Amino acid sequence: MARYWDKAVETIGATALKKLQLARLKNTVECALRTPFYQVRLKKAGINSSRDIKRLEDIRRIPFTSKDDLRECYPNGLLAVPLDDVVRVHTSSGTTGTPTVIYHTKKDLARWTDLVARSIVATGAGPSDVFQNMMTYGMFTGGLGLHYGAEAVGMTVIPMGGGNTRRQVQLMKDFRSTILHVTPSYLLHIHSKLSEFGIAVSDLNLRKAYLGAEPYSENTRKKAEQLFTIDAYNSYGLSEMNGPGVAFECEYKRDMHVWEDTYFVEVIDPRTGEVQPDGKEGEVVFTNLTREATPLLRYRTRDIAFLHKGLCECGRTHRRLSRITGRTDDMLIVNGVNVYPSQIEEVIMRIPQVGTNYQIHLEKEGTLDKLTVKVEIYSKMFSGNLSEIDALRERIKDDLRAAIIIHPGVELHEPGSLPVFEGKAKRVVDLRVKL
Amino acid sequence: MSAKEVNVFVDNRPGRLRSVAEVLSENKINVRTMTLQDHGQYGLMKLIVDKPDKAYLALADKGFACAVKEIMAILLKDKPGSFLKLADILSSHNVNVLDAYGFVIEPKKSAVFCVEVKDTSGISAILKKEGFEVLGEELYSF
Repeated sequence: MARYWDKAVETIGATALKKLQLARLKNTVECALRTPFYQVRLKKAGINSSRDIKRLEDIRRIPFTSKDDLRECYPNGLLAVPLDDVVRVHTSSGTTGTPTVIYHTKKDLARWTDLVARSIVATGAGPSDVFQNMMTYGMFTGGLGLHYGAEAVGMTVIPMGGGNTRRQVQLMKDFRSTILHVTPSYLLHIHSKLSEFGIAVSDLNLRKAYLGAEPYSENTRKKAEQLFTIDAYNSYGLSEMNGPGVAFECEYKRDMHVWEDTYFVEVIDPRTGEVQPDGKEGEVVFTNLTREATPLLRYRTRDIAFLHKGLCECGRTHRRLSRITGRTDDMLIVNGVNVYPSQIEEVIMRIPQVGTNYQIHLEKEGTLDKLTVKVEIYSKMFSGNLSEIDALRERIKDDLRAAIIIHPGVELHEPGSLPVFEGKAKRVVDLRVKL
Repeated sequence: MSAKEVNVFVDNRPGRLRSVAEVLSENKINVRTMTLQDHGQYGLMKLIVDKPDKAYLALADKGFACAVKEIMAILLKDKPGSFLKLADILSSHNVNVLDAYGFVIEPKKSAVFCVEVKDTSGISAILKKEGFEVLGEELYSF
């Protein structure tokens, strides 16, 4: 079995990598200058053409791009190619309801697929594997991203998508699935259901799991590995940087190689923006060095992590990124879905029958996350009918479902019964025990 | 003619009825009867009191989500068969009852049947024609 997907690139020397990065950065700056957003942003920073980027260090002259910038560019302020060249669009819900969009050309998708294939092969997988993809397909990049990469490797792909645990297990058994792509919480949930389905781990043929879309601890990995007798690999990606395949663990499972030929990675102090040395924790910032349709320069992920100093035993020269240890914003990750409290607030504030005070409760139900939004009835809008209250609860549920993708629980309470805060309100009560 | 019922939204947890009772007591409001509708996590208290408007204002002032609703209070004889007579009329006029409860005013003599229907005034007229007494403010002052 091939140990590398693309040995030359994966084991590239430091000097050659820098040269490749510089050439690609220049190219990306040229692409970026074709977008309305970067035309203004880069010119303000004194960058009028790729000739203004002479050395790799010049990247620090480029201002950071934020999630808010992306929102303001919706729908096509960051589009660098004619729409005719675009073959795929991925949007994600923004922090306040305005979505963000990433366009892909055929070439962009091919490069993304290539990186995912590289990641898969790095875990020791190959064409003889049966790959069951339990990540949601559609706008969420986790499903489609791994799907095409797995096909490129030549694995047998079962594009099951998320949910329907009984069927998942049946397929795992019937098709002798060897690799699962799944969120850690869902993988543990599946294990808790096996006895109910009358299926033992020994009835299955599992060897590996790719765990991503939500942060988890080393203990969770060990637990999943023990319960299923598998190897579990950490996967990192974000839709702004295509999706999965940005950083992936190799067979040594000692944190994730960032594919530096494509992603220029920096770790910064989130307050000062100063670039941190390897080994020091900070906010991770990526520049996608190859994307034509939506070039993104120095994108602030709001994820907190650090880069390892030493080289990996596998021989790959690409630096390794630690687990994500936190966020610089208040984003919540609920069963792999990103949720901002502000999205929930938007929905609550639109509904006149409820007050402005609310609380977001997060707890574990088995191994899965349960999100409950607690709101107060607005006394002046109360008609005295419980059927209207019940309908209101359904409406809030539906509206939240549309805004944050997941199904929340909704609790209606008496006015004044939720805690009131002076100053900064503590809206989120996260009772999830760290797995 | 219609009577007033005070509806209060309450969380389904210990102590909530007490806090409603406290407001009523402080304002010297007498409760004629009450029912409680349970919807799991919350419920609705329905109160017939001697001063419904005052009760509403006092509760609203304390921040309760409450409302005054018009209902139909029908005076019945407290004896077997009188409920059937009323139900017969409602049934023959195809009246759908949304909510109902009753209480005795004077044992063996009189009782009140409180009904929530869509068209209070229309049905009141029918009942009066059939010889029933439909109560207004008298309901509070028995």
